[in-house]
Amino acid sequence: MGRLREARRPDPNIKRRLPVRAAREEVHEIKGRKVRRRAGPPSSHTALRGLRLRAGPSGRGAAMSGESRFLGFWYVLPYVIGLLIFTGVPFVASFWLSFTDYRLMRGAEFVGLQNYADLFAADRTFIRSLNVTLAYVALTVPLKLAFALFIAVILNYKLKAIGFFRTAYYVPSILGGSIAVAVLWRYVFADTGLVNMALGVFGIEAVNWFGDPLTAMFTITLLRVWQFGSAMVIFLAALQSIDKSLYEAAAIDGASKWRVFVSITLPLLTPVIFFNLVMQMVQAFQEFNGPYVITNGGPLRATYLLPLYIYETAFKKFDMGYASAIAWVLFAIIMVLTVVAFWSSKKWVYYAGDKRS
Amino acid sequence: MSQTMLDDSAALDADAEAARHLALQERRRRLSMILRYAVLTAVGFLMLYPLLWLIGASFKNNAEIFSSPGFIPKDPTLSGYVKGWETSTPYSFGRFFWNTFLIIAPKVVFTVISCAAVAYGFARFQFPGKRILFASLIATLLLPNVVTRIPQYLLFSEMGWLDSYLPLWVPSAFAGDAFFVFMLVQFLRSIPPDMEEAARVDGAKSWQVLLFIVAPMLTPALISVALFQFMWTMNDFLGPLIYLSSVEKFPVSLALKLSIDTSEAFDWNRILAMSVLALAPSLVVFFMAQKYFIEGISAGGVKG
Repeated sequence: MGRLREARRPDPNIKRRLPVRAAREEVHEIKGRKVRRRAGPPSSHTALRGLRLRAGPSGRGAAMSGESRFLGFWYVLPYVIGLLIFTGVPFVASFWLSFTDYRLMRGAEFVGLQNYADLFAADRTFIRSLNVTLAYVALTVPLKLAFALFIAVILNYKLKAIGFFRTAYYVPSILGGSIAVAVLWRYVFADTGLVNMALGVFGIEAVNWFGDPLTAMFTITLLRVWQFGSAMVIFLAALQSIDKSLYEAAAIDGASKWRVFVSITLPLLTPVIFFNLVMQMVQAFQEFNGPYVITNGGPLRATYLLPLYIYETAFKKFDMGYASAIAWVLFAIIMVLTVVAFWSSKKWVYYAGDKRS
Repeated sequence: MSQTMLDDSAALDADAEAARHLALQERRRRLSMILRYAVLTAVGFLMLYPLLWLIGASFKNNAEIFSSPGFIPKDPTLSGYVKGWETSTPYSFGRFFWNTFLIIAPKVVFTVISCAAVAYGFARFQFPGKRILFASLIATLLLPNVVTRIPQYLLFSEMGWLDSYLPLWVPSAFAGDAFFVFMLVQFLRSIPPDMEEAARVDGAKSWQVLLFIVAPMLTPALISVALFQFMWTMNDFLGPLIYLSSVEKFPVSLALKLSIDTSEAFDWNRILAMSVLALAPSLVVFFMAQKYFIEGISAGGVKG
């Protein structure tokens, strides 16, 4: 009850107008917890509240007058605490750590830019890993999106079995990140594995998939492209929300199918393409399970993605400062590319509400 | 009269022309339909075959696994499951499944409760700092975990939480997955607040509105959240890998990795059998509730 009155206090305006009797009545009811079943005619202050509600600053009306304007903040508080403790502070701390020589047993020693200098000047593993990561992202993200869009367009038709196919294609996305699938991949591409056996049926010689840098990269790329289902579902939902009258108008104008796709479908899909592009990119830069289990970064570190390098530096060698520096390089790359994507989106992403139509 | 006949025949010609055109169109439509089905089936088959093969191979003996790419076992055996279940550790796979459950259950409950409350706060209230906080939500959506992981580890290590499930549980009690909050906010915004307003006018407290009006309306979205969190936690590998060190606390994902590290190179059916079991919960849950997955992902994506 105390808290209730306290919450009221910030609005003296309304308290002045409240008849004492009505206020007492409400307290009584709350004690009885029969808040929604109010007997008798609504008391004057309820009507008043209703008025205030509409005029109030909240617009959506859920925050009532007489309640603290911080009420919503209490609901968001867990998030704020979590944001500070598990994201904010670690974020700043890792930036600071990247300028230190920090080993778990010894503690931190500030070394300035030494870690970064070492990374770019002397660490060939890092340069190799960086190149491999960039290649991996440049390969997987466009392939995955193109594939997702291609299948979504085929599916977006009055097919009878659309639900069945959508489910079938979505299954790998559900399972794809799991270790069990990475294990499966290892056996699919093993020397005597599924792919080589299938090739054997056609008389093609077995390939040493994990022995060659290019084919090893291919296996982990394929694992990611295989999971195109989630992006596809998003594309499909967007395709199905496109106004059919646009297509009818195009048909009357005699536009070819390709023309319709390029001039109507694609522009209307750009917001979703943009969303998928950014999300997939951020995720691809952080891929860990696939290379860790399937190729273990090899051969010749050809699939040694930066997250693997960070993991081994931080949690095997416990060289936290240096690992933080690698993480910050990775973060900087992701951030720059995301900013570029957002900045360029003004030029190529079309929003239906725009005047540009 | 001849004039009308002429007209008729011209009309007939035009009709025939139109009919031919229609037939051509119909044929084209059919052809494109067949092509679509063919592409979809071929791609689907290629995609799902590895999974089919995995299931089939888990019932084969080791010699047969290497002998043909077909997936139907000639001589089905359960030896892979029996031997795999025992594992090379002192614990059976049942223990690892139990551990996975111990990680997932609290995490899902914490996530649903905290995300619902936070989303309610964002979607239905105005308060100072809301814009900045909501922007931070979007930012964390894009923030790579990789950059916060090391200090988080140091923090949990400092608190003495290493080799326990606390580092995996606690962040989710604070709405740690921004994606879910975002999804729920989007969902709430699509529901008009009329009912809530009516309840508030009748004197309901905001928490009562959340519990008795908003939560029931949010149920489908909350189920999506629970399911996604279940899947993600099921698939999570790096988290347990970093924080857990004693085998007795390993979830399935770590146990599986351990078993490929410790078993003989040719001893495949054990590991394949355990992979099938590791995938089974996700598959079952997905097929039971796929509508929520598809809706969840469509809602989060398209409106975003």
